[in-house]
Amino acid sequence: MSSRDGILASIRANRPQVERPLPHVPLFDDDPPVSLLSAFKDNLHRMGGVFLDLPASGDILAPVRAKIADAKIVCSIVPEIAGNRDIAGVGAPPDLSDVDFAIVRASFAVAETGSVLLGDTDLRVNAVAYLAQHLIVLLDPADIVVNLHHAYQRAEFRSGRYACFHTGPSATADIEGVLIHGAQGVRSLSVLPIARAAVNPTL
Amino acid sequence: MSTPPAMLHPELRAEVDPDAIIRDGRRLDHAEGTSRPLRVRSEPQPRGAKARGNRPIDQQEAAARFIAAPEHEKMHDERLWDLRQKRDREMHGIPEWEKLRSLASAIKEHTLAHLDEYLDQFEDKAKSNGIHVHWACDAAEHNRIVHGILRDHGAKSLIKSKSMLTEECGFRHYMASMGIEVVETDLGERIQQLDNEDPSHVVVPAVHKLRTDVAQVFSHTIGTDPGNSDVHYLAEAQRQATRPLILKADAGMTGANFVVAETGTFVVCTNEGNADLSANVPKLHIASIGIEKIIPRLEHLAVFVRLLSRSALGSPVTQYTSHFRGPRAGGEMHVVLVDNGRSERLGLEEFWTSLKCIRCGACMNTCPVYRRSGGLSYGATYSGPIGLIIDPTFNARKYSNLPFASSLNGSCSNVCPVKINIHEQIYAWRRVLVEKHEVPFAKKTAMKAAGVLLSQPAAYRAAIAAADRALAHLPRFVIYNGLNAWGKHREVPHSPKQTFHNWYHANRGAKR
Repeated sequence: MSSRDGILASIRANRPQVERPLPHVPLFDDDPPVSLLSAFKDNLHRMGGVFLDLPASGDILAPVRAKIADAKIVCSIVPEIAGNRDIAGVGAPPDLSDVDFAIVRASFAVAETGSVLLGDTDLRVNAVAYLAQHLIVLLDPADIVVNLHHAYQRAEFRSGRYACFHTGPSATADIEGVLIHGAQGVRSLSVLPIARAAVNPTL
Repeated sequence: MSTPPAMLHPELRAEVDPDAIIRDGRRLDHAEGTSRPLRVRSEPQPRGAKARGNRPIDQQEAAARFIAAPEHEKMHDERLWDLRQKRDREMHGIPEWEKLRSLASAIKEHTLAHLDEYLDQFEDKAKSNGIHVHWACDAAEHNRIVHGILRDHGAKSLIKSKSMLTEECGFRHYMASMGIEVVETDLGERIQQLDNEDPSHVVVPAVHKLRTDVAQVFSHTIGTDPGNSDVHYLAEAQRQATRPLILKADAGMTGANFVVAETGTFVVCTNEGNADLSANVPKLHIASIGIEKIIPRLEHLAVFVRLLSRSALGSPVTQYTSHFRGPRAGGEMHVVLVDNGRSERLGLEEFWTSLKCIRCGACMNTCPVYRRSGGLSYGATYSGPIGLIIDPTFNARKYSNLPFASSLNGSCSNVCPVKINIHEQIYAWRRVLVEKHEVPFAKKTAMKAAGVLLSQPAAYRAAIAAADRALAHLPRFVIYNGLNAWGKHREVPHSPKQTFHNWYHANRGAKR
């Protein structure tokens, strides 16, 4: 007997003879926050992320330009900002190890937790979101769902091969509870609220 | 701002905290970050229980050495109690908390009762997504399968994220014997690997170590300055030392927190993003998964993700919640489904619900015995209350003492996000182990005597009254000796002048 069949046979021989119907899971959305965007921002900040507010100048991309001004390598996967490392030319993930800033667009965000979802189609090369020193995420404010129950109804979890909620930067407090940003992955995560371009020339 | 939570050891509080990260006027304490600054003095690290083959682990002996290291004990106690308080804060922030716990418990019980069907469904979906699915009856088969996959790819180095299942399998020892270099990428787990010590906690593996202990380990492994125990310096040095190993690794490995049958997805939760590095940098990704991790559908996943990090660390979610549904373009993905005693546990009428466990560690953080004795005192893969009810299924003789390392206060059951009746199972294990003759003579004799007394109310009352009188007058050496575990490391409470029964009889009994 194969191990597979052996394990399944052992389960059938041992499984508890109890009636346990599968419960219905409600969406728990009776009392949503007044503004999904400000709830998202609050929770993102609690988790160590940075929300890039619209500057007084009205130039919405100015905070991103300021962040990457001194960076050597910028890998942008969004049409709104130009970088100097083309993701299409990346042969293997380790080629991205020298990236200072990666700029990507989130599929959507979750107000409850301050998370943004980055999937394989958003990233092109998944590792860019972890090997870069810093990550900047563009988010359409129309793409925020209230909580994780709503999040898991999204198509990304059925269509993508990889999808990851990022909630703030890489963090650890494994030594005496001292909080460190940039344990192994990105040292910072910033979110810029900006609507999707009507026509996306790179896609 | 709310008032800071009460401290167990106020003497540890530091007034200034150069390490604090403040945002919007709030001190950030996400991930496993502490909610207040703590300072302790350096002290040699107490080591864990001594393994002596198959002989019963002496948890008390190891716990006594941990308690004899007061800086470690206080820090450990305070840190874990802080996680428990942060968990309570999160719980109060979610009105549906108790509903989520009930749902989580019901979903897990349903799935376990139909485990074969859901595993079958997962395998089908995963295969159609392009994932190679393997099945391992036990630890040895798991290790052989993983080694076989590595061998087929000519892989010599493996980067991995933390997985309790691979600890269970003795995976790193096996791979070392086969000439494979394994690198743990979680900071706490890497510290433990470099120190050649097991993880002491399922979520925070190095929580029993002080920063000075870590400085020691790193100084003779990755070459840091032995006199520098600055946590930022140590964490950064580890990042710099590990990064090249990640970039050149031949293969990556993760565990899984949850497995979704309907989509063939497995889900990994980390704070460091190290699972995503392990899975997404090398071409080959292997995931080792216990068969009890499965849940039916994505809608159920929401319940568990909402509960996991809030219960574990008092953080709304982990920094990264990663969903793997298939290999990336040009990559290869393998899943090894591991039984290792789980299907047999399913048949234990009193204990099968322990398979609901999602390894959050909330029961450990709240347990007064665990907080004061350290996870390594249990001498087993799983420590704390959940360990007490899982470990004896692996080896009833070796772990026969563990179910006695509890005061049966029930706090573990009350914080469990999947509502396992942990303290009742601890009690049930005591009975089972006594029946199986796995319990040492002194403990068994005392329990037998207690059993006789407890079954005869009049004799019990007389004995309690006599014991109270005796305790009030006995010399110290009679109470605080090696035969009375309750007199170790604690003062026995003053005995009452009157038993409760006598008091009730005098004050309330007449009124009826």
